[in-house]
Amino acid sequence: MSSVAHLPQDPLPIGPRPAPRVLGGQSTAWLRANLFPSIPSGIVTLLLLFVLGKACISLWQWGIANAVWIVPGNDSSACRALRGVGACWAVIPEKYRFILFGTYPFDEQWRPALVVVIFIALFVVSSRRSFWRKELFLLWAAALIAIGCLMWGGFLGLTFVTQDRWGGLPVTLILATFGLAFGFPLGILVALGRRSKLPAIRSLCVLYVELIRGVPLISLLFMASVMFPLFMPDGVNIDKLLRAQIAFILYAGAYLAEVVRGGLQAVPRGQYEAADALGLSYWEKNALIVLPQAIRHVIPPLVNTFIAFFKDTSLVLIIGIFDLLTTAKTAIVDPAWQAFSVEVYVFVGVIYFVFCFAMSRYSRGLEAQRTSG
Amino acid sequence: MTTSTPKRPPTRPWQFSLGDPRVAGLFWQILVVAIAVAIVAFLWSNALHNLSVRRISTGFAFLGREAGMPIADSWIDYTPKNNYLRAFIVGVVNTLRVAVIGIVLATVIGTLVGIARLSSNWLLARFAAVYVEVLRDLPLLLQLLFWYVLMQGLPAARQAWKPVEGVYLSNRGLILPSVPLHEANLWTILAVVAGLIVFYLVRRRLIAQQMLDGKARPAWPYALGLVVALPALVSWLLGASWSITLPELRGFNFVGGLTLAPEYFALLIALVTYTSAFIAEIVRSGIQAVPRGQSDAAKALGLKRSFVLQHIVLPQALRVIIPPMTSQYLNLTKNSSLAVAVGYQDIVSIANTTLNQTGQAIESIALIMMVFLTISLGISLFMNWYNARIALVER
Repeated sequence: MSSVAHLPQDPLPIGPRPAPRVLGGQSTAWLRANLFPSIPSGIVTLLLLFVLGKACISLWQWGIANAVWIVPGNDSSACRALRGVGACWAVIPEKYRFILFGTYPFDEQWRPALVVVIFIALFVVSSRRSFWRKELFLLWAAALIAIGCLMWGGFLGLTFVTQDRWGGLPVTLILATFGLAFGFPLGILVALGRRSKLPAIRSLCVLYVELIRGVPLISLLFMASVMFPLFMPDGVNIDKLLRAQIAFILYAGAYLAEVVRGGLQAVPRGQYEAADALGLSYWEKNALIVLPQAIRHVIPPLVNTFIAFFKDTSLVLIIGIFDLLTTAKTAIVDPAWQAFSVEVYVFVGVIYFVFCFAMSRYSRGLEAQRTSG
Repeated sequence: MTTSTPKRPPTRPWQFSLGDPRVAGLFWQILVVAIAVAIVAFLWSNALHNLSVRRISTGFAFLGREAGMPIADSWIDYTPKNNYLRAFIVGVVNTLRVAVIGIVLATVIGTLVGIARLSSNWLLARFAAVYVEVLRDLPLLLQLLFWYVLMQGLPAARQAWKPVEGVYLSNRGLILPSVPLHEANLWTILAVVAGLIVFYLVRRRLIAQQMLDGKARPAWPYALGLVVALPALVSWLLGASWSITLPELRGFNFVGGLTLAPEYFALLIALVTYTSAFIAEIVRSGIQAVPRGQSDAAKALGLKRSFVLQHIVLPQALRVIIPPMTSQYLNLTKNSSLAVAVGYQDIVSIANTTLNQTGQAIESIALIMMVFLTISLGISLFMNWYNARIALVER
């Protein structure tokens, strides 16, 4: 057995090399790796820190330290004394009812407030995957009808409120939601039409999409507000808000059609052929086989289109409809508060940001789910 | 061996029922076209009736009438005594002025921010991320009004803010030093453009020759000759003067220099920052779409960093970047129509005023649409040409 002795022994396993010793603790290591990895990068960091510091200090001084939060009555003299030095947030408690609900009768403003709550609940429910069932359509129909009833009133002791008194956040939400609720089916039809084999239908759809996408939205809104009455027979007078709503539906339809078309192109041919082989009709094939797959493909770009659309509803300011941005702009026409538009725009900006940021986070979550699963 | 000609598929006789796909197709097409024609005819007859009731004449004859509308900011000669056609041309020039400069600036800033988002410097990447998120999630119109309000809040001309000698920022807008353009200067600029075109052709030939024999031929002597020496010669021969005029405060306003009106400046800032946020995301995703292995392999070959970026990463990233970039350029151009909200007189604003003055709604809106469709078509044609040029050729 001694012969074994001169056989080479198993070499001792070489353990992992100890981690390089880091100067200082964990946080210093992080700082070195992420903020000062090289000299140019370190200089950038220092520069950014300087800018950030300066911006933070001046924002703090303007927005919080020197700001006026509340003023007695409608008296803005305390604000004007501080002009340029501090913000005047007092304009928000003074005007928020007008900014949020426009000229809706003051005592009835719980109704548009409830409408806003219904909208938000509707969005939250629709965003949950477990609620993506047929019943959701019924819920949408019910909610949209309830919203119409609440805004107009005229029954059960609710006073009737005409459309020209609606304003603020509910109008923004109505324009966006109804635009999408009707524009989406329209977009699906147009997308199907654009891929149809029938030349006349296809060219009509192409014409519609390209014409709408080729021009600015405000020219469509001008069309709705100025030209639409010219095209109607005598005596037919459609409300301005409804005309803008129609323009928005047509606009959303064209953009959504292109997104859906992208999804349709991603459905493999075999799926169509299998459906044909089963003898399904055109509508059965699309509704049961093709569209569910196509739409699943394009949910993230759909949400991005929704965000763009939500922001674009603010353009009705140009044709004088009282959406959130218009009420904000009108609120500061009041001579006492004229100088404090920045504060009001910041307030409205926060509202828009909350809605859009929530949607974009949601879209990113969906995308992460899709790539992982 | 018998050669049989392939049998042609049997043609089914037409069955005149909706079960036959051909008949059904024909039926649906006729139905849809009939509905479309009926709607258009209905609207058209209403329009004709309404126009005659309101005594509005149709046609573009109004373009020859005196406009009587003041235009504050115009690059070509215009007085309110000119006709509507000239006013429209001023509007188109103003739209292009915003769109072209906006596209260039937004591309530059967007690319920088997009690269910054991928920086290994944590703070810089965070800065870029916040920039993108905030600008993308606020309506452009809100941003535009915000900038406009800030511009109006700037000090008056007398207390103008002066960061550098000759540059003034006040509620009159941004005033920059300028070089007055005489004829000789224009010829020199023309020479630069011509030199660039010739240089582009020469470079293409040099590359083609290199493809044949593999010898690298430097292009820089041609660049020096065509783009620097030639214009310099032209400038010297024609005696162009390149003196810079500094703006001066005289009385209540500035004299000399180039003035960017507050309306124009606010519109430009809003469009550039808003669009650059979208472009930043496009650039970031484009760079991330290039597999890491590409740059690792190039580094392993010992290529220089700048060479790797210029010849390996960017060409591949551009293929992903160009198509969405095109739609951002189109968006910026279309969004320039928001000028009407701050009173900068672009084509939409001028057409809107014309509409209110003359009642020629159909013609005015048709003009807006025509202008934008033409510009959009131009941008997409150019970008599609560029895209086809850089696209991956699969063999």
